[in-house]
Amino acid sequence: MTELAWIDAALTSARPQAIGALLRYFRDLDIAEEAYQDACLRALKNWPQQGPPRDPAAWLIMVGRNVALDGVRRRARQVALPDEETLSDTEDAEAAAAERLDDSHYRDDILRLLFICCHPDLPAVQQIALALRIVCGLSVVQIARAFLVGEAAMEQRITRAKARVAKAAVPFEAPGAPERAERLAAVAAMVYLLFNEGYSASQREAEARAPLAIEAIRLVRLLLRLFPAEPEIMGLAALMLLQEARTPARFDPEGGIVLLEDQDRSRWDRSAINEGLALIDKAMRHKRPGPYQVQAAIAALHARAATPGDTDWGQIDLLYANLERLQPSPVVTLNRAVAVSKVRGPDQALAMVEPLAGRLAGYFYFHGLKGALLDRLGRAEEARECFARAIALANTPAEAAHIRQHLDRLSCSPAPGGGKEK
Amino acid sequence: MLYAILCYHHEDVVQSWSKEKHDRTMANLTRVTDKLTKQGRLGPVARLLPTTAATTLRKDQDPPLVVDGPFAETKEQLLGFFIVDCASLDEAIETSRELARANMGGSYEIRPVAQLDAGGLPA
Repeated sequence: MTELAWIDAALTSARPQAIGALLRYFRDLDIAEEAYQDACLRALKNWPQQGPPRDPAAWLIMVGRNVALDGVRRRARQVALPDEETLSDTEDAEAAAAERLDDSHYRDDILRLLFICCHPDLPAVQQIALALRIVCGLSVVQIARAFLVGEAAMEQRITRAKARVAKAAVPFEAPGAPERAERLAAVAAMVYLLFNEGYSASQREAEARAPLAIEAIRLVRLLLRLFPAEPEIMGLAALMLLQEARTPARFDPEGGIVLLEDQDRSRWDRSAINEGLALIDKAMRHKRPGPYQVQAAIAALHARAATPGDTDWGQIDLLYANLERLQPSPVVTLNRAVAVSKVRGPDQALAMVEPLAGRLAGYFYFHGLKGALLDRLGRAEEARECFARAIALANTPAEAAHIRQHLDRLSCSPAPGGGKEK
Repeated sequence: MLYAILCYHHEDVVQSWSKEKHDRTMANLTRVTDKLTKQGRLGPVARLLPTTAATTLRKDQDPPLVVDGPFAETKEQLLGFFIVDCASLDEAIETSRELARANMGGSYEIRPVAQLDAGGLPA
């Protein structure tokens, strides 16, 4: 890597910790960001000559703090603090001092910084945009591109979100254990939201949105380092890695979506799968199941199946039953019905799906699956009706195509557990 | 003498590599390891998953304690290693320099091997 590329990578990875600490110190997001920017400028000037410091985050915190204070002092006509060249000469001592100051805090600093972005008054998209801007350091242009909106519109959203956050009083004292757990849960949900924003139905969109998934995985790894013994964070990381591993196989040469059953599994990212499987193994040891772990365990069963025929649908059915208990939702039941149709046949799956009609009337996938089940039971007329409704409800052409394909597939695959075949 | 060349780097920096950068680095490294293989000097090579995938067994107590995460929180993490046969420390340093040219950033710890059991894993 060239020196500049290395510095750039080091600055990016030090960013959450540095801004988090500067925010605790100055208690103002704008001042913290500005101090970090100033420190980065000095790093770009200083590091190529002095060599990179052993602890880039500590250096940036120290220099950022001094630069900002220096500004205050200069305005007050007081004596300036030593500049960063002097600092670098005594780098070890200063870094050690910064470490003493920050090591005990840095976990809460980063968590606070992320938590600020999850303000409940902010709509989901604004939460994510704010986190990308402040925590990940993406430019407004990059964020706008990923969200497929104009730069001005995104700029406005971020400015509005920042103003909202500035008014919210986030306590700066170290949080207690229940508060910390609450913050972590909110942050985890935001990171998963960010990841799902990057998960697209078309290849063209996927390319634009790829940075979202990458940043989400970077953030979940950060959370995992901060909270190494939290099984739900391991589960979330595993879930994301196992889903991301399939990306290279998700699109056909025309850019259309390829369903899980039809994907070329040799194109799955083995290293991401291995990491995901390792994390889910670690999480299970804690015997504190949660929704992310269960979803990751389902993804792990798909990842472990060498061919679609090897998929352990019985186990997937049980895991979905677990998920229904942990996080009841008609969509979870709908997903479970897919597994049930494989294990116990389309009639049982249909019995499970039909009671959801009221709550999922506007969900295209509900009608798609119901249609496929009816189709397999030989009730062609009702099936056709469901298909038509599903396609009418699809939000994008890709979704419609997805449903069509899914239906085609379901309608011609045999039901191992019985049921009348077409 | 066998030397272990232990690779230390900031893992979040390595994880932030683009796929192109990753593939290019791997190709560069393969050129060096291929040469070492031809010379009959290359032993086992391992690339480790991130420290977040690690579990530590603290066996200074009975029963040993299972802890999530790496043994030590360090600024730079052990990311992998090469075992190389070198005539001298100078040669080990020279080999490490070649590997470094293929993959800049971080540090290599050059550690003489006292004993190596090739093990029974299929290749």
